[in-house]
Parts: sequence; C-alpha cells; structure tokens
Amino acid sequence: MDALPYTTTVRPDTGLTSPKLGIWLFLASEVMLFGSLFSAYVLLRSGAPVWPDQSATLSVPLATLNTVILISSSVTMVLAWAGAASGRLSRYRLFMGLTLLGGALFLVVKWIEYSDKFSHGLYPSTNNFLALYFTMTGLHAIHVIAGMVVNAYLIGPGARMWTKDHLRFTNRVEIAGIYWHFVDVVWIFLFPVLYLL
Amino acid sequence: MNGSPSSGAAHAVQIRGYLAVFAALLVLTVVTVAVASLDLSESATVAVAVTIATFKAALVAMFFMHLKGEKPLVFWSLGLTGVLFAALFAFLLWTEGDRLVGTRFLDAFGNAPKTAPSEGVH
Amino acid sequence: MFLRHLFSTDHKVIGLLYGFTSLFFLLVGFALVVIMRWQLAYPGRTAWIAPEMYNGLGALHGTIMVFLGVVPLAVGAFGNYLVPLQIGAPDMSFPRINLASYWFYAAGGVIMLASFFAPGGAPMSGWTSYPPLADFAPSGQTFWLLGMLCLIFSSLLGALNFITTIVQLRAPGLTWFRLPFFVWAQFITAFLLLLAFPALQAAAVLQGMDRLAGTSFFLPSGLVVSGERVEVAGDGSVLLWQHLFWFLGHPEVYVLVLPAMGIIAEVITTNIRKPLWGYRLMVYSLFVLGFLSFIVWAHHMFLTGMGTTISAFFQATTMIISIPSVVILSALILALYGGSIRFNTPMLFALAFMPMFGLGGLTGLPLGLAATDIPLHDTNYVVGHFHYLVAPGTIFALFAGIYHWFPKITGRHMNETLGKIHFAGSLVAMNLIFFPMLLQGLAGVNRRLWDGGAAYQFAEPVLFMNTMMSHAAFLLGAFQIFFVVNLFMSITRGRAATTNPWEATTMEWATPTPPLAHGNFEEAPRAYRSPYEYSVPGMSADFVPQHVADHMATESRSHGA
Repeated sequence: MDALPYTTTVRPDTGLTSPKLGIWLFLASEVMLFGSLFSAYVLLRSGAPVWPDQSATLSVPLATLNTVILISSSVTMVLAWAGAASGRLSRYRLFMGLTLLGGALFLVVKWIEYSDKFSHGLYPSTNNFLALYFTMTGLHAIHVIAGMVVNAYLIGPGARMWTKDHLRFTNRVEIAGIYWHFVDVVWIFLFPVLYLL
Repeated sequence: MNGSPSSGAAHAVQIRGYLAVFAALLVLTVVTVAVASLDLSESATVAVAVTIATFKAALVAMFFMHLKGEKPLVFWSLGLTGVLFAALFAFLLWTEGDRLVGTRFLDAFGNAPKTAPSEGVH
Repeated sequence: MFLRHLFSTDHKVIGLLYGFTSLFFLLVGFALVVIMRWQLAYPGRTAWIAPEMYNGLGALHGTIMVFLGVVPLAVGAFGNYLVPLQIGAPDMSFPRINLASYWFYAAGGVIMLASFFAPGGAPMSGWTSYPPLADFAPSGQTFWLLGMLCLIFSSLLGALNFITTIVQLRAPGLTWFRLPFFVWAQFITAFLLLLAFPALQAAAVLQGMDRLAGTSFFLPSGLVVSGERVEVAGDGSVLLWQHLFWFLGHPEVYVLVLPAMGIIAEVITTNIRKPLWGYRLMVYSLFVLGFLSFIVWAHHMFLTGMGTTISAFFQATTMIISIPSVVILSALILALYGGSIRFNTPMLFALAFMPMFGLGGLTGLPLGLAATDIPLHDTNYVVGHFHYLVAPGTIFALFAGIYHWFPKITGRHMNETLGKIHFAGSLVAMNLIFFPMLLQGLAGVNRRLWDGGAAYQFAEPVLFMNTMMSHAAFLLGAFQIFFVVNLFMSITRGRAATTNPWEATTMEWATPTPPLAHGNFEEAPRAYRSPYEYSVPGMSADFVPQHVADHMATESRSHGA
C-alpha cells in the first residue's frame, strides 16, 4: 500500500504530518480521561467528612524515586529520538533501551508499593482515598505498559524500518516519544495529588 | 523547526537543552517534596504543589514533546481540551459547593456523619 | 475472499462493514422494544417478560440503539464511506486504525449481546446505569461496562481518524468553506466524540471498581439493600456518576443529530437544485452547537438536589443551545423556497425530518427549563421527546442517506415504490407511537415502568394509549420489511444507475461506480468551486460539479455569471 500523503511530509497549510496531528488528538482524549479522574478525586475529597493523611498512608520516598525514574526515562526517550534523527543507530538503541529500563523499574517500584499496601490490609475497598490511589495509578501503569509495548516494538522488529525509510522511522520514534512524555506528565500530577496533599 | 533532524553543532545544543530541562525537573521535584513537608495550610500546599506540577508539565510538553514552535492547530485542539477539562472540573466542584442548605456530608438517609468533618477539608 | 473484506483497510469496505453491522443492531434493538411493547399492550399475559426481563430489554434497547446502531451507522458507516470521497482523498489518514476501530466496535457489540446470557441476567439499570442500583445489579452490568469500554475506544480511534483526515487530506482547492456541510458535521461530531467519551470511560472504570473491587466511588454511607446494611467504606457520590455520564451523554445526543443534519443538507441541495441557504451561518452554528453541547449536561440532573445557582446556569446554557439548532433547521427550511423540488424517496425522508426534528426540539424546551422539568423529568414525555429527535429525526435522515447514496455504492437504484411505502408507513407509525407518549408523560406516567403505569390511579385516563402505541410499533416493524426487501433485492436487481444519477455537485459523485478500490478517483481531483453550485445563472446545465474546472464548466454564458 502506498503511503498516504502527508505521512512523512508536512501539509503546507497546516504545517503538520498526519501522525503528529493524530497523536496530539489522542492525547487530548487522554487529558479528558485522566482529567475526569482528577475531577472525581476533587469531588470525592471535598465531599468526604474524613480523609486519610495521604503522605502517612503511602510511601513518599518510593514515589519520589518513581518520579525521578519516569522523568529520567523521558529524557532518555527524547535522546533516543535525537539519536535516531541524527542517524546514530547505536545511540538510538542505547537510549531506547534505557527508556524501556526506566519503564520497567517504575513498574517494579509500583509493584513493591502495591504489595506493601496489600500486606498491611490496605485495599481499594478500604476507603475512597485508597480506591482512587489504586485506580488512578493502576490506569496510569496500564498506560506505562502500553507505551513500553510500543517502545519494545520500535527497538525490536520495528527498527527494521531504520534502513528502509529512515525519516518515517524517526518520526515514529518521535510520536511514541510524545505519548511516553504524556505518561510522564500524568505522573507529574499524580505524584503530588495522591502522595503529598 | 523544532523536532526535525539537525546536524552537528545544532544537535549538540539540542541535547544540552534536554539535559538542562532534565536538571530543572529534578530540582522542581525536590522542591515539591520539600514544600509538602513544610506543613503549610491546606490551600497553600495545594496551590504550590499544583503550580509546580503545572510548570514541570509545561517543561516536558514544550521541550520533550516539541510543543514549543508547534503549529496553531495543535495548540487550538489542546486549548479546547483544556477549556472543557476546566469546565468539567469546575462544575463538579461547584455541585459540591452549591447544594441545598444543610445537605453536605449527609449519608444515604440524610444522617450527619458520626465523626465530625475533618478540619481543613472544605 | 470474505475474509479479505473483514480485514480490509479500505475505508469503503470498513464503511460497509459498519453499515451492515449497525443495521443488524438497529433491528435487534427494535426487536427488544417490540417485546417490551407487547408486555405494555397485554400486561402480564406473557410470563417470561417479568419485570427484571423488561428492565433488561429496556437497558439494552437504549444501549444498542444509541451505541451499536445509530452512531455506528451515522458516523462509522456514512462517515467512513463518504468523508474521504467528499474531500477528494484516496482513503482515511489512518487506514489500519480505521480497521481497529471497527473491530473494537464489533467486540463491544458481541459483549453487549452476550450480556443477555450473563448469570443473573442482562444489564437492567437503564442505558444510563445509575448507581447505586447499577453497582449492585447482577453480572450483566459488568458486561455492559466492558462493552462500553470497547465501544468508547473504538469511537476515540475513529474520531481522531476523522479529524486528521478532514484536516490533512482535503484535495487541492478544497478550502474549509468549500467543504460539503456533511463533512463539517462529521468534523464537529468527531470532536464531540473525542473529548466527551473519555468521561464515560473514566466513569465505567470507577463503576467497574465498585462492582469488582468493592470500592465505594458511587456509594454513600449508610446504604441498605434488600433490608441489609451494605458493608462498604461509603462516603461516595452518586452524583459523580451522573456528572461523568452526562458529560458524555449530552454531547452524545448531538453526535446522534449532527451527521443526520449533514445527510439532510446533502439530500436537500441535490433535490432542490439550489445551494444551501446560509451555508456559512449553518457552519458557524455547528461550532456554537458543538461547544455549547459540553456545558449543558446537568439539565439531566435538575432533580438531584443541585443548588439553584448551578441549575440556573445549566438552564441558561440549555436555552441558548436551542438557538444554533433552530438556525440550522430554519436554514434548511428556507432553502426550499424557490427550489425546483424533486419528490423522490430520499427527499421525502428529508422533508419529513424537518418538522419531526422541529417537534422533538420544541418538546425539549419545557425539559430545559428547570421549573417545568420538575413534573416532566423521568416521565414518558422525555421518552417521547428524544424519540421524536432520533426516530423520525435521525433515523429518517439515515434512511434518506441510504436511498440517496445506494446508487453510488452499488451502481443500482433502490425501488422508488417500495421506498415511498416504507416512508409513508414509517412516518405515520412513528407519530402514532411517540405522540401519545408525550401525552402520557404530561399526565405524569413515569418512564421505564413494566406495567406501563397501571399501578397509578392518576395514569388511568391515559393507559389505553399503551395498547395503541404497541400496535403502532408492530406496524412500524411491518413497514421496515419493505425497506429490508428493497435493500437486498436492489443490490442485484435494482435499476442500473449512471455514475451521477442525481446530478449532484459534491465530489463523491466524481468517482466511478463503485469508487475504485485503490485510490477512489481515476485521477486525483481538485476543487474549483463551492459545493452546491446548482442553477448557476448562465450555465446550460442546472449544476456545476465541484471538481470541474472553470474552462470545462463554461458552456454557454449569456452575460457574466
């Protein structure tokens, strides 16, 4: 199938490639999705007679570590793109690999957190704060996994496009990066709202 | 234009830019945690935390997501999204605020909670 | 070969997949309500239509009609098939995402149908699934949630595909204000889907957690179910669900309507040989309508104990939103004046759409005013109101579209006589069903009642209408047979059609019939003019297609055009 117009070249009057517009539109819907959950948080908390001390219930150190991990993986992701853009395959592979590692570490820390809660008898059903915590970070974690699947494809079988259509491949890395950074942005808000306030 | 493959020196500048943003993000993370431990009033903590988070998000969006220098169509779409999110958020909050007199914190039978509403939750 | 069609990335094939699937679901949804109406006509006569079954039929009737029937037909089928053609594009921007969209829709449909067989029964908390009832409903409700998640994901993928396609793949010369109104309607609809659906996604996740993980997002403290205190953490908010649901729910009804208006605009211009009256005004109205649709939702919640200030706000925006609707409807009506009207089947449906949609819209006004909503909320008046908009409104528009574009898709015409019978019978039957519903609601008869209101003494004077409405519903079903037979018969035996049998101006008629499997057009088209150049003074033909260059169009010009 021939590539449709404006897949890798920009359309003059909009200045965009179709994938670039597409990913931003998708992220707009994701903003509304997580936005709805943040709105739910605010509604439930402001309407609740009692609310647990969040920073006492959860582990701020672990979450801070996770914040650093995710921010670092965002940097490595954009450096991976920069490597691809400048044609350096080994550099691309290194940074994409580090990004994947960052995602995996994030999930490991989350797993540790969740297990710790469960072992203390703290479940989503315990109170609304924990319900929101598990639901919001759980949904976020699902998005992390989805991003890792895409990144794994791009470092693996997808990388075959490096030689066949390098520009298109680089753009794909950029698009995947934009999604990955968004996942980081969501965590940037989740961290203070769920752990610190 | 931002986001396009660049060569040599321009490339090095770009990398340095990313690393600078990285450093800023780490610093702001530390600041967020520090401020939270300062035991300010509820509204002050919320205001500071959300402001810092917004600024961090803006850094990620502008520089990592190449939003800086992006085309108007993208900004308009995101702007519309922001407005609608704000509307949803605001109206949900308003519902909680604008209730019939005396109906806050009541359970399904209209009974007041046994424990008094905790201080600081408004 | 069949498998090749199931996994084709061609927007036309996907459009037809959506078309057949959604028509099937419309039939299923209709069958469900026929069973309900049987119970309402002959209460208690059929033992297996017990109250829970009745509720299950009702919840799935609504869900299937809205999410599996009308929207997939209006957007998935018509939108997918026609938008690339009308903008002169070879396909949608993301063909594989388009295919994924369809399969998520199909999966959602299977899950919804499977819910009938869930232990404990089908979802039975209305299509609106309000907690606390829905939180405690039997397992079919979980199927509903899962099905909705699939359907929503399908819609989100589709929405971003439509927007990107319309922005990026317009043919050269096709500026924004040269777009056919149908394309504008699909464009705004896509934004509604993209930005409103995630709220229901979030709500569905939260309700799923309530049902499966024992959370109390939507459960206040102190709840008692079947005489037993519910052991949950409590402090949840029932209103939270309603807000999130209706944040989607209201834009959703405009998703039901906008593509229909788009179809009507195309059918009308073709059959009056005149441009649209006030095209730009209509487009601006679409923008205003689309934006406002996001800030009116709590008019569905006037009776929830919201404060007076917030109610006043939503009442105001609801009143204001009627303005762009009226502008669009009025413009369509005004366009008729001085037109050379062809009364073929699609045009008959389009002509009927206008007063029917008008009636539906007018009956919405007392619902939008908080004070008059108090006696009318949750009565059959509401059911009559929205059915006027969707049934002789949107569905008529969809029928018009099928009769209108059938020749482009198949190269044959549908039978006119059968079409006119289908039209006349459906119009009469629909009015016989839904007008009495308005009257019953005014008398105070609640909606969703298994006995149709028989338990309430005040409903006694209007009870007789139940039987009448049911008979009308059976009649409506009978008249659809004409349509189904016509549709299938005409695919192979319809009168052969030329490539532009209606002599229309928009670009979908510039393709071969059917459009080329690869690339749609024989050569990439270019737009040279506005979309509705009918009866242009000085031209020998009464229409100038959009893709025809000036030097080709000018045949005999007397004075300057």
